[in-house]
Amino acid sequence: MTIPSVPYAIAPESADTVSAEEQQFNDLIAADSRIEPRDWMPDGYRKTLIRQISQHAHSEIIGMQPEGNWITRAPSLKRKAILLAKVQDEAGHGLYLYSAAQTLGISRDLMTDQLIAGKARYSSIFNYPSPTWADMGSIGWLVDGAAICNQVPLCRASYGPYGRAMVRICKEESFHQRQGFEILLELMNGTPAQREMAQESVNRWYWPALQMFGPPDDDSPNSAQSMAWNIKRFSNDELRQRFVGMLVPQAEVLGVTLPDPDLRWNEEKGVYDMGEIDWTEFHEVLAGRGPANARRLQRRRDAHDEGQWVREAAAAYAAKQAVKAVA
Amino acid sequence: MSAPGASEKEIWPLWEVFVRSSRGISHTHVGSLHAPDATLAVRNARDLYTRRNEGVSIWVVPADAITTSDPDAKGAFFESPAGKNYRHASYYTKSEGVKHL
Repeated sequence: MTIPSVPYAIAPESADTVSAEEQQFNDLIAADSRIEPRDWMPDGYRKTLIRQISQHAHSEIIGMQPEGNWITRAPSLKRKAILLAKVQDEAGHGLYLYSAAQTLGISRDLMTDQLIAGKARYSSIFNYPSPTWADMGSIGWLVDGAAICNQVPLCRASYGPYGRAMVRICKEESFHQRQGFEILLELMNGTPAQREMAQESVNRWYWPALQMFGPPDDDSPNSAQSMAWNIKRFSNDELRQRFVGMLVPQAEVLGVTLPDPDLRWNEEKGVYDMGEIDWTEFHEVLAGRGPANARRLQRRRDAHDEGQWVREAAAAYAAKQAVKAVA
Repeated sequence: MSAPGASEKEIWPLWEVFVRSSRGISHTHVGSLHAPDATLAVRNARDLYTRRNEGVSIWVVPADAITTSDPDAKGAFFESPAGKNYRHASYYTKSEGVKHL
């Protein structure tokens, strides 16, 4: 990653003196105000945001694949149109976020290169396959549901362009979650085989969805700094707990069982107690050893290679038009 | 100084997008995007920023064509209105209670 020296000046770091610009940054954060692209910011703040926003963008782009898989096989024309709109939204979300990351000084091309070279991370959830139609329901209800829970507080992230991108994204995500819920509800009101398909799918997605909030608080080394910078507003465990609290009554409406035998209301604490999450699986998938990691990356690489001539042709056409305009 | 995100390192330039949400309202900045030329930038902007009837008109501007005020001179540059609250109607309080003023 290269960071241009102008206009993004980085002040020399020194333990005992706080520069005027660093003081201004600290004051803005303390006042819960926003940092904008041209403001001075600590190197670590910039790096953290580039990492987080680009990973988020990659997740949206890779996230098109599990559902893209079902566009041609959706059970009706209406479902096909809805799925197309949803996958198009995911692409849009990726583009909003790439633009936000660019304002921090990283180029779009470099981010793409990092992703296809397998050097960038994206959400572990997209490394699971989607073998049944019910998975379109579970992805909307559980995966997008968890994403919304994570993203609503990000609308107030201290970095202006990130927060603004998240506002647009959150508006659009609520359609995703509702349509997923509806798919499951329809299946649960259907034949025994359809109900079984819905329950089987929920069983597969429930735990990976809970892992989307990241490792437990005592094993999340970067969280404290992100919270001090007002990028993150709630801890991983707080958000996970909130999500489960919302899921339980929704699962009752659906008539599905959440696959956690230890899930029960804790009167004293006022929250749900839950079973142990398999963090070994989480770290395995993050390390590239999940069920669909290789397939997802290969697909993204192929799309990039197959689009090469389109990008070149468009750039050549633009160059030719520019010459014509001058002549 | 151009808009943040514009860079010569990119194969496709960055464009800033402004959308008029309905007649009678000015174009408002909604975000930015990547496109090889202005025509495609407008098309991409339609697909990216108006999928839900958000607009009736779109402007795209190359990000590197935008000139901004110097961020380091922020304080000094916007200092002149400070202390000149007599430019606001609320400065004049003696007419309070008098109608249509």
